This record gives sequence, C-alpha cells and structure tokens, in this order.
Amino acid sequence: MGFPHKSHPKETVVLSQHFGDADARTLKGWTKRGGYEALAQALKMDPVAVTDVVKESGLRGRGGAGFPTGLKWSFMPKEKKRPHYLCVNADESEPGTFKDREIMRWTPHALLEGTAIAAHAIRAEVAYIYIRGEFTEPWTIMERALAEANAAGVFGTIKVYLHRGAGAYICGEETALMNSIEGKRGNPRIKPPFPAAAGLFGMPTTINNVETLAAVPHILTRGAAWYKGLCLSNPKSTGTKLFSVCGHVQRPGNYEVTLGFPLKDLLYDMCGGPPAGRTLKACIPGGSSVPILTREETEACLLDYEGVVASGSMLGSGGVIVFDDSADMVYQIMRLARFYAHESCAQCTQCREGTAWTTKIMERILAGQGKTKDLDLLLDLSENMTGKTICVLSDSCAAPIVSGIKKFRGEFEAYLAGKRQPVMVS
Amino acid sequence: MADGLINLTIDGAPVSVPPGTLVIEAAKQAGVLVPHYCYHPGLPVAGVCRMCLVEIEKAPKLQIACATTVTEGMVVKTQAPAAKDARQGVLEFLLINHPLDCPICDQAGECELQDFVFQEGQARTRYAEFAKRFNPVEDFGPDVLYVPNRCILCTRCVRFMEDVAQEPVLNVSERGDRAFIGIHPEARLDHPWAGNVVDLCPVGSLLSKDFLHKARAWELDKTASICTGCSQGCNITLDTRDEVVVRVRPRPNLEVNRYFICDHGRMHYKWMNRGDRIEAPLVRAGAELKATDWDEALDRVTAILRGTEGRTAVALVSPGASSEALALAKRVFTGFTWTGAFQVVMGEDAPLAGVPDLALRAERAPNAKGAENLGYTRDYAPALAAAKTAAVVLVLDDPDCAVDTNGALIYLGTVLGENAACRRADVILPIANVAEEEGTFTNRDGRTQRYYQAKPAPGMAQPAAWVLGQLAAAMGPAEAQR
Repeated sequence: MGFPHKSHPKETVVLSQHFGDADARTLKGWTKRGGYEALAQALKMDPVAVTDVVKESGLRGRGGAGFPTGLKWSFMPKEKKRPHYLCVNADESEPGTFKDREIMRWTPHALLEGTAIAAHAIRAEVAYIYIRGEFTEPWTIMERALAEANAAGVFGTIKVYLHRGAGAYICGEETALMNSIEGKRGNPRIKPPFPAAAGLFGMPTTINNVETLAAVPHILTRGAAWYKGLCLSNPKSTGTKLFSVCGHVQRPGNYEVTLGFPLKDLLYDMCGGPPAGRTLKACIPGGSSVPILTREETEACLLDYEGVVASGSMLGSGGVIVFDDSADMVYQIMRLARFYAHESCAQCTQCREGTAWTTKIMERILAGQGKTKDLDLLLDLSENMTGKTICVLSDSCAAPIVSGIKKFRGEFEAYLAGKRQPVMVS
Repeated sequence: MADGLINLTIDGAPVSVPPGTLVIEAAKQAGVLVPHYCYHPGLPVAGVCRMCLVEIEKAPKLQIACATTVTEGMVVKTQAPAAKDARQGVLEFLLINHPLDCPICDQAGECELQDFVFQEGQARTRYAEFAKRFNPVEDFGPDVLYVPNRCILCTRCVRFMEDVAQEPVLNVSERGDRAFIGIHPEARLDHPWAGNVVDLCPVGSLLSKDFLHKARAWELDKTASICTGCSQGCNITLDTRDEVVVRVRPRPNLEVNRYFICDHGRMHYKWMNRGDRIEAPLVRAGAELKATDWDEALDRVTAILRGTEGRTAVALVSPGASSEALALAKRVFTGFTWTGAFQVVMGEDAPLAGVPDLALRAERAPNAKGAENLGYTRDYAPALAAAKTAAVVLVLDDPDCAVDTNGALIYLGTVLGENAACRRADVILPIANVAEEEGTFTNRDGRTQRYYQAKPAPGMAQPAAWVLGQLAAAMGPAEAQR
C-alpha cells in the first residue's frame, strides 16, 4: 500500500497489506488476519527445514547489502556449543529510508513473528530488536505488541528483547549495533570474525533487517515457490520490496512492488511524478549511500539488486530520493557529505578526516570560494575514502560525490566560475 | 621449510611463520616494516588507523596487515602502487589537522608520524585555507599531559588502559573529526602503570611531565639496563643527555615485562644523577678521613685483612649491588668465618592486571635473589649484631647502614651522609652506581640479566666489582692466604 495513500493497482501488497489498519497492531487483530500461523508451523519444523524454505524462496537482505537470507542463517554453527543470538536491525537511519518504521508502526506482530521464526531457524534462545532512538512511536507500538505476545506466550522458549538506540547512524552497521547492545561505543568491528562465528557477546549471531524478517512469515505460509515467483526481471531478485519515495514527487510514501519493477513507473505512475511544471532531474534509488542516477538512468532502471547495479547505482535499502529540475545538486550533495561527516564514528582515519574535509570543500564551493582544483581534489579524496576502511560509511560519503561530479559537473563548475549565486556563507 | 609453518612471500622475500601470525609480524621477519600507528604487539588489534594497508594477491581490495593472518602461498606486496597511494592518503588525512609543531614537540626525532611522512608522505598539503582543529592541552594525571591537537586517535592509550591496565578511564569522546581522547570526569590517569601510555603514543600527544622539554630525542644516548625499582627485573633503556640520566623507558622483553614498566620504575632514576658523591678513596688518619689514591687505599684494606687477629668477617650489602660485586665481596674473605646479609626495603605490590606475572613487586630490590644465591642471608639483624664483635666488617653500597663494630670497617659506597655510621670506617672506597657500571642482577624468578654502563662514574669512583676484584687479587689465591 502506498501509505499514506491508497494502494496503487501496480503495487504487490504483501508486507504493506495492513498499513493504516490500527486493528492489525493488536495481537487479537493480527491473529484474526492469519498472524502467528507461520510461527506455529515453523516451530513444528526442524530449524534446518525452515532455513531451507527461506533459501529456496530467494529472499535477500532488505537492509542494503542484499545478502541471501537463508544462506546467512546457514552460516550459524551446525553443532550448537554456545548460545546463539539473533539481532534485528531496526535502526533504520539511512537518509531517504522509512520502510521499517511503517512495518513497526502498523504490523509490529509481523516483525515479532518473523523474528521468532528466524530465532528458531538459527537456534537462538535470545533475540534483540535494536530500534532507532528517534523512533518514538514505533517503539511504543513494538513495546505494546511484545508485551501482548509475551503474555500470550507465542514465542515459547525464545526470549525477545527490544533495545533502543541512542541516535547514532553508525549503529545501523551490524557490528556497531552489536557493540551498542553490549553497552559499548557503537563502533564497527573489523571482520573477520564474522557475526556467525563471533557476534553479539562473542557468540554466534545472525543479524537481519526488519523488512527481511517481516517477509519470512509470508514465505512459510504461502511457500517458497510463491515467493520465488514474485519476480519481474532477474531471477536472483525475488519477492516484494518496500520503496520509500521522498523528495520532488507528488505522492511520496512507501510503495511495495515486486522486484524488477521499473523505477520510472514507480515515480511517474504511483508517485505522480514531479510537481506540476517540473521535470525529473536525478534520483538516488537506494538510500543516501548509493550513487546518484541521472534522469535517463532513472527512467531506464529496473528495481532489483542487479537492475540498479546495471544502471550504475545500488538497490540499497530502497530509499528513493527524487530531485526535480529545481534542485541544486551541489547543495544536496553537500548535505549528504555533512551528514556522513557528522555520523562518522571516528575510528578509521580516512573516514574521520575525509568526510569532514569533503564537507568543507563542498561548503566552500557553495559559498563561491571554490578553487578550480577542488573537483579533482574531491575525486581524489573520495578515491582514498573508498574500500579502505572498516565499514562503508566513508564509501557512502564518497559515492554521491563521485557520481555527482561525474553527472552534474556543470552545476559544480557554475559555482566555481562564479556563474551561480553563492548559497552559503563561507 | 619447517613443518607446521605457513610459507608466504613478502615483497618477494619468502618467509615461514607459525599459523596465526599476522601479516605485519611476518613482514618483520622478511625485514619489512609495514608503516602503522594503531597496531602494537602488546595491545589488542584495533585496525583503525588504516596505515598498514598492503596489497595481497587474489584479495579483492587492500588489506590491513595488522588484522590479516597469513595463509599458505600468500603473496604480500607492501610497495604496490595502490598500497603506497592508500598509505599516502592516510598520512595526508592525519596531517590536515596536525599542528606540525615538531620544533617544540618532545616526540620529534622519535615520532612515527614524522618517520612515515618522511618515508612515504607528500611534501605539500592540499588542506590549504581551512582552519585546523584546536583543543587545549589537558592534564590527564600525575605524569601525563594530553595534547589533543597532535592526536591521531590510534587508541593505543585507550586500549592499554582498558585491556592491559584494566582501569578503563580513557575513551574516544565525540565522533567524526570532533573526536578526541577523553578521560572519565572523575578519574585521573594515576594507575601505577599509566606512564606506559606515553611510550605507546606514536606521536607527541601524550607527554611525560617529568621529561617535558628536557631533551631532544636525537641528543639522547640509549643504554640497555635493568630497572632497580623492584625484584621484577624489567628491562629498560636509560636515556642520557650529557652524561645525565633524563629518562627511563621500557625495553621489550616478552618473558619479563613485555613492553611495559611501572611508574615507580620509570621515576626511579633521579638518584643516579646525585651530585654529592664520594669521588676519591678515603683512609683514616686519626680522627680525620684523608683523600688518597687507589693504590694507598687498596694497600690499606689489604693490610687490614691480612693483619686482623680474629678471622671473623661480616659483609652488610645492598641487594642492589651487582652479582659480580657480591661474589667478589665474598671471595675477599676467603679463610674468614664469614657472614653476609642484606635487607630489603618493602613497599606495596602493584600488578599489571592484563599481563600475567608482571607487577611492581613489594620487594624493592633488583638483586635480592642474586644475593641469596651467593650465600647472603636475609637475617639482617643477627648479622648486624655479629658485626659488633667481628674482626672486619665490609659495608657494600648501603649508605644508611647502622653498622657498629669494634673491628675494622671498610665501606664501599657512592655517598656518605653527614651522620652516616660508615663515617667511622677505616677505609672508604668510592664506587659507581648502576648507571655507571656493567653487571648482572638475578630477578625474583631466577633470571640473570645484564645491564650496561650509561654514563661515567664521578671522580675516581670505580665499579664495586673492580674494587673488590683488586682486593681479591691482592689477597692472592685462596690456598696462599692462611
């Protein structure tokens, strides 16, 4: 459902079926809608069999990396010698992304059910749901839903805890999230060891995104073949995905489509295209961390993991940020760089210093103080910030810079040449 | 190639190392120092400075040598263009906010930022026209200052306090380029081993107040020595400038002190520079002591040893004397009924929690074990009582010895206090202190370790082992003495 709008006929409504329906938030309402059937079914199955169904469905991580979920679960030790943990990443902080928030707001039990199924599949006795600190409403709703589910004893022996973040973007990085749960500073860890070997509290851990887990009950009840059949383009990308569309469109919101759906149709048909009198200029298709697409690239882009890569970006978390011809791309990119400079955890040198330096150069350009060499300098710094750090935050800062300069060089040069009125004070 | 070892190639050189070895350590075997800041063999791996990026064949991207373990057939290229570019990038990032105040920085000359920038960095900055980050100097503890402007946030100090000292009072505060090393608002960096953070700091960000502006690194002579602060036997380096000891630093010894020394040991050097030393041999002339040369002084001692009626001798020695001196102080009395004793000053134990068997020991003497091995006893009071009636008493390097004897008294020492009991000695022989001689100590675990001469002894002072050796030689072989 294109919440807060009505469902568009082109949507494939699975996860978002009950968005806007407050009754679905309650345990009673959720059970009435078929909730917790999948969990009951899963608990009767061998954990390996549950994992196999998910593997077969082709479900891939919806947090951004797109790693096959069933495969990830199968990395957990076959022989259980130590406690296993499940972490649920509900620290949705990627600028432009607001799908997990809606899942938690409207269908908290979908997440809880998926969480319990995953915990069963990886034989975890404890699951932590790490919820972004700013998500006050989802937090309250999740708390209430968890209390209801616990009172009804739907999780059996599995213990589910909610853990509230304190406002750091980096805590959405899986190992930083684990450090944060452990009470430490939310710094990403060096890998290896990977979480399946040594994760939360040093124990084998699996971490999944909210949207990924919310899809799991549907896969169990309707079958892997059904989910696999939800595919419009590349067979490696199956199922539905929520896209959070924001920016210069007439009807922003969350839209659920089958993977492989054309981005053009999403933006023009469902979201109503740019405001009247405006034309599309650019689009960031997967949350702020991915390269920017031009109008041509956007209109040719198919929304699945492979399709967006073929267009020169990444599917990421599905946060679609749309710019029309009124947008100042230099300013928009500066805002992104400033975000990453603010959120860098300060561990890696390139990220700590590079994000801040990049921001200063961008601000200088916008203040009309840019130097001719600044674009080369930005590209060179971006090169030094890409692929060299513990996590990908510094890469994420570099991606819009590199793609922005490549695709909207004229706008940068207009500032450098003094042809555009400075919009910032140096 | 030996069994059970992993074979790999580093910059073309084949090396074989045990499984589990980190690439950065394997590189050392190949004679390659991979530039690094956050990595330290005595601390948990952090992998944050990203300086040790190297190219490894078949790896999709550059890897950090400090967190990558070796695999069979691995081919490491530290000088690959991509690796050099990446390290140059890190150096540039590290320098943009660095004050470049090397001329007034204590670390200059032994600074890893200087070293690696000189080796691999670029000559010019591209950070022109932006203000550098500024934070004021902070007083962290009794001997530690924090200069945040020079900090490269390698977190060695944080990890030392957290994992090695296990008193986590330091952290990284703030985020992004606002980050700095923070200290708990109610804590001081006063752990008994806190001074190690100064050594661990690869730049001039954590400074010793004691050493502040005392010397430039390149003016220092460095001498291997053994700490005399307690019976642990930590390996140290004595740094001297113009023949004055100005600093004590740990010298790595994985079996004894790893990479660390305690603050007590670190500060236990000022007495080595005392100016009020005995500089010439003194012999008794009635009520007076007369300065003389070594020949006369040694002759006088020989005459005393040969001429005594009784054949009882007591040696009251310092457990800080070298084993060589202690052995000779015994041999000199061959043929005597001999008692040797020492007393040990006791203090508080101060263990370093993260390192087994490493502590500032309650027994504040470096060679008590050596003295014991040579037959000296800890029963000091009876020996002191026996001295009263002994024919000859020898006091070795114990200026505060409360000796009282009716026999002859020979004192070998570095200083002679105004009211020292040894003022009534028949002969006083000036000796070198630990910084002025070579010798060995045996630590509490029975490990005998050598220390070397760091500066000349004042005046005519000689190592105690030399003095006692002269006397032993003068007394002739054992069988001839009676």
